[in-house]
Amino acid sequence: MNAEHKSLERKNPFTPEPARIVRTYPLTDDVKFFQVRLVDMDKALLFKYRPGQFAMISVLGTGEAPFCISSTPSRPGLLEFCIRKAGTVTGALFKLKENSLIGLRGPYGNGFPVDDMKNKDIIIVLGGLVVAPLRSVLLYCLDNRDQFGKVSVLYGAKRPAEMIFREEYFSLKERGDLECHLTVDQDDTGTWKENIGVVTTLFPRLKKVDPDATYSLVCGPPVMYKFVIKELLKLNIPKNQILMTLERRMKCGVGKCGHCAIDYIYTCLDGPVFTYWDVLHMRELI
Amino acid sequence: MRILKLKKADLYRFLEVIYKEADIWAPQKKGDKFVFDRVDDFSKIELQTTRTIIPPKKIMVPPMFNMFDFNEAGYKEDFSHISKKILFGIHPCDIHGLLTLDKLFIQEYPDPYYMGAREKTLILGLSCWPDEHCFCKSTRTNIIEEGYDLFFTDLDEFFLVWIGSSQGDDLVKLAPDKFDENLSDKDIQAYIRWQNDKEKAFKTEIDFVTMPDLMELKYKAPFWQEAGDACLACGSCSMVCPTCNCYNVADKTFLGGKPGKRIRTWDSCTLPEYSEVAGGENFREDKSDRLKLWYTHKLQAYVSKYGKPSCVGCGRCIATCPVGINVKTIARALEGEEVDAFWKKMSREVTK
Repeated sequence: MNAEHKSLERKNPFTPEPARIVRTYPLTDDVKFFQVRLVDMDKALLFKYRPGQFAMISVLGTGEAPFCISSTPSRPGLLEFCIRKAGTVTGALFKLKENSLIGLRGPYGNGFPVDDMKNKDIIIVLGGLVVAPLRSVLLYCLDNRDQFGKVSVLYGAKRPAEMIFREEYFSLKERGDLECHLTVDQDDTGTWKENIGVVTTLFPRLKKVDPDATYSLVCGPPVMYKFVIKELLKLNIPKNQILMTLERRMKCGVGKCGHCAIDYIYTCLDGPVFTYWDVLHMRELI
Repeated sequence: MRILKLKKADLYRFLEVIYKEADIWAPQKKGDKFVFDRVDDFSKIELQTTRTIIPPKKIMVPPMFNMFDFNEAGYKEDFSHISKKILFGIHPCDIHGLLTLDKLFIQEYPDPYYMGAREKTLILGLSCWPDEHCFCKSTRTNIIEEGYDLFFTDLDEFFLVWIGSSQGDDLVKLAPDKFDENLSDKDIQAYIRWQNDKEKAFKTEIDFVTMPDLMELKYKAPFWQEAGDACLACGSCSMVCPTCNCYNVADKTFLGGKPGKRIRTWDSCTLPEYSEVAGGENFREDKSDRLKLWYTHKLQAYVSKYGKPSCVGCGRCIATCPVGINVKTIARALEGEEVDAFWKKMSREVTK
């Protein structure tokens, strides 16, 4: 065997694939929606992923960072991201206009265990601006509605203007096949007709919960988790059926650069989706 | 496995022959320390060295290299830093260090930069003798059974040369007259005696079997805070560790329409910004938290994943850390000993 050129012919997992921003518009003051398509149409259609997985996005000349995919694999071809302006890569992304070229590689990470979740009831709890990964799994459940039991969505935002995709959620309320409860901490518009209060005030509205048959997915700002998990435990939902995603610094996405390590695990390979039981075992998070 | 005999005086002649195949890198003197460097003059090769300042991981993953050239047309891989090399004089602990890196870089998504360099580098190991910092006997990396093409055991008058791969065998075939297949009983006795004497020469021993449990049980022990207070967060421990693999990536652009570069550089989890994410959240602002991560990886995480610690007992952290935070002092502290280390004294000074 000729070892000399073997490595050079090998697929380079770090190579960004050319992709085009098909559509972009602001969702809030500092969150923007991006619809992206791999330039190579075959690759775009063959891009297989699970809800909850992430991709590494490169902005030419600026750098690369990890982003959760917020579209659903049940609608192939286009990838969607909800991106908050927070650092250098996102700052550069925000300046890009539609039809700009970016680099994309992935998908990476474990994603949500959608196969285990089949035929189970799903409670999705969202808070604030960090809701991107759960949009993917919510849309996946809706596209495959007959494969899941009851689906409930609880979403709490600071103000009506900070409720990401609020039109989507309002239209969910029209559907008869799921529960959708919305709340804001404060209404500065005077037109808000839904609940006012933190997201935990929505829990009494949930209809009868069968805890062993329920998976709950939580995503929001760090301060929210403690209170939401308390409510979920009160409902007797098993600790290993409460799912959440973690955010860490990443430079490779494939378990090499080390940055996303938490104790034993790499967030990029073993996560970013973890159960509450997993998280309880992470010494660094306790 | 074939084991041959090479006369001491024939070593340089053999190296001269194989030098035609590729650049030879070997330990050479730098001040009162040793470094792996390209050999221009065979007389500068040091045969009886302790650890080199930086382990040979620098050949496989250079401290800084370009991964991609990029422009509007996309990203183009750059493998230009990879060339054929023969690494001579690498000790068993460092070969184990490379085997440990192999697990990380080759499993799951193989890293083509690491693999490219690894495949183009021939490993010619060399036996060594422990100094006061060596504890490879405790990590069971004092003996090497794989991971080399040739291994030279220095028995004063001659070398025993172990052939570890077909490429190693090809090297020997370039100078067949230098090697003797016939080992006498006396030769074998000399080797066994040397091996026994070496086993007894270790001055530092650490019980690695208990370390995973102790890391768990002593995770909140006060000595971590003391060590954290003394730590300079300089990252030297990671730079010199044969199994530290962390790296950073940054894009560089140039004026005048030249392609940009995606540069990969060594990084260390003990550096302040290591775990910082966009928006400024830092998951390990406290130095003691960063030290705990470093030692979790060395003493515990690899044991659970691969069945052995990722420490290879080379003693570089002992020889390098300016404030005495190293595998030995941390292991002693985990074992509950009152450690007589600089960081202990320093933290006492600070708290006074």
